[in-house]
Amino acid sequence: MAMAQPRTWARWRPFVPRVGTAILYLLLIGLAVVILFPFVWMVLTSLKVESDIAAAPPRLFPRQVSLLAYAQVWDRLPLLTFFRNTVVFAGGVTLASLVCDSLTAYALARLDFPGRTVIFVLILATLMIPVQVTIIPVFIMVYHLGWLNTYAGLIVPRATNAFGIFMLRQFFLTVPRELDQAARIDGCNMFGIYWRIILPLSTSALATLAVLHLMYNWNDLLWPLVMTTSTSMEPLTVGLATLTGQHEYEYAVLMAGATLAVAPLLLAFLSIQRYFIQGIAVTGLKE
Amino acid sequence: MAMPIAHASVSTAARRRGSLRPHGRARAILASYLFMLPSLLVIGVFMFWPILQIVWFSLHQWSFIATDHPYVGADNYRQLANDSRFWGDLHNTLLFTVGVVPASVLLPLPVAVALNRPLRGRAFFRAAYFLPAVSSYAVMAIVWSLLLQPDIGLLSRYLQLLHFPVADWLHDPSWALPAIMLVGIWKTIGFNMVILLTGIQGIPETYYEAAQVDGASTVARFFRITLPLLRPTLLFVTVTSMIASFQIFDPVFVMTGGGPLFSTETLVTYIYHEGFQLFDTGYASTIACILFLIMLVLTAVQLQVFRFQEED
Repeated sequence: MAMAQPRTWARWRPFVPRVGTAILYLLLIGLAVVILFPFVWMVLTSLKVESDIAAAPPRLFPRQVSLLAYAQVWDRLPLLTFFRNTVVFAGGVTLASLVCDSLTAYALARLDFPGRTVIFVLILATLMIPVQVTIIPVFIMVYHLGWLNTYAGLIVPRATNAFGIFMLRQFFLTVPRELDQAARIDGCNMFGIYWRIILPLSTSALATLAVLHLMYNWNDLLWPLVMTTSTSMEPLTVGLATLTGQHEYEYAVLMAGATLAVAPLLLAFLSIQRYFIQGIAVTGLKE
Repeated sequence: MAMPIAHASVSTAARRRGSLRPHGRARAILASYLFMLPSLLVIGVFMFWPILQIVWFSLHQWSFIATDHPYVGADNYRQLANDSRFWGDLHNTLLFTVGVVPASVLLPLPVAVALNRPLRGRAFFRAAYFLPAVSSYAVMAIVWSLLLQPDIGLLSRYLQLLHFPVADWLHDPSWALPAIMLVGIWKTIGFNMVILLTGIQGIPETYYEAAQVDGASTVARFFRITLPLLRPTLLFVTVTSMIASFQIFDPVFVMTGGGPLFSTETLVTYIYHEGFQLFDTGYASTIACILFLIMLVLTAVQLQVFRFQEED
């Protein structure tokens, strides 16, 4: 009797870590289900027919799979226009920022000029200025420049970014200075060193920054909402958000539009996860 | 053979550099500023100047549509102090922060710890949890509003099956803000998890090995090693989540527009309403100044915290 207990325990002991692992998996899977649920529902709803959506009680899976909504959505919503605007706006901000940020970061990391520290500190200080605070005067300036409802108005005020400058400067500092010197000896000027040495050696940092800019602007709502007043200039986020408030749309059509709007970034994320994760990780760097 | 050549090139470089002075020095400085010109212009015109402008606007009775903008001193601030709508919005913003930040920091913590171990399917979980962070708040808020519909929303249906009393969530003043908080937590978890995971990966493995030798349990290792060494990362995640919460706009705009009965209106939606729907630039700027002050305090706290960390 006294012997039995330890023996039973010994029999079960190897399973204890496995039970722990099973519980861990259950929790992780449960969390994944909760987090993925809106995405799954969005896609499944976009594949439903109208009678299916209106049916009570609502069901997750379509009774009949139909791609009709994906055919209709282009006529019901000016989706192609929204797409074009999003691509030009987000792509434009990304390109402009990469150029401006890297030029400034290069000067701060490599060139010696009076006022360098002051300028660096001032640039860092803008990290404390959120767009929500400055958007009223910026809107008024954009209005007076005649840039409302233009790509210039959407892109130029965002053409540089303190975080991008900071991140690239830190990266450029890790590029060995001997390379600059060697290039200078070979007759390279300042711009040549930036263009031929620093930039090619920083492609991963530039890609990470590009992904961050693209993601932020593709998904942004407030900025393009304020800077555009005509439907023909609205990006996807603004177009979908404002149209849904004004009209009643079939769920399937609306969810087809939503799926198409988030799909490009989700697919990009799934194919080049490393840059997204890196991008988020560098925002967490404190120094 | 190599030595003399290297020597020769260094000396030509030195000579060239020497010959550039003092004229060359001025040119080098000019070139440096030319490199920075685009950024400095954008930062100056669209970031620093607007800060001065909101202060200026807030001291005037300034309508975007009017041509005359009389100086009113602190009138806007006095009006704001007596504006129950403003205090209500500040209250909602604080509630949102209190509801979202602890959950979106504490929930991803054990997940990040779990995902740091060699685990089958780790890449899948990490990607799955991160999807909300990659997708647009505005678009996913549309999806959430439909899910929360009382009659044909699937989420309401599931809650009903669990015998949870179903309300018209987004049209019920006591439920609308919690519903938006839920979306806020859903959106923030993945982002915070990635940062926490990076922080955990930065903890040297040797600490855990030493603890293992000493026979420390998993729980002890978490509380004695992971948690203390993760403190800077945890603080960073907390403060950035707080800053983001104070700027919340997208889900409110999409899901409720600030209603019902202003129960979900936040500081930024109020700024948007005053500035871009009523075109009351002066009053909207006054609210923006207050928001800026809050941001400054939060950032100062952040910097202070990190300074302490470095002195440790």
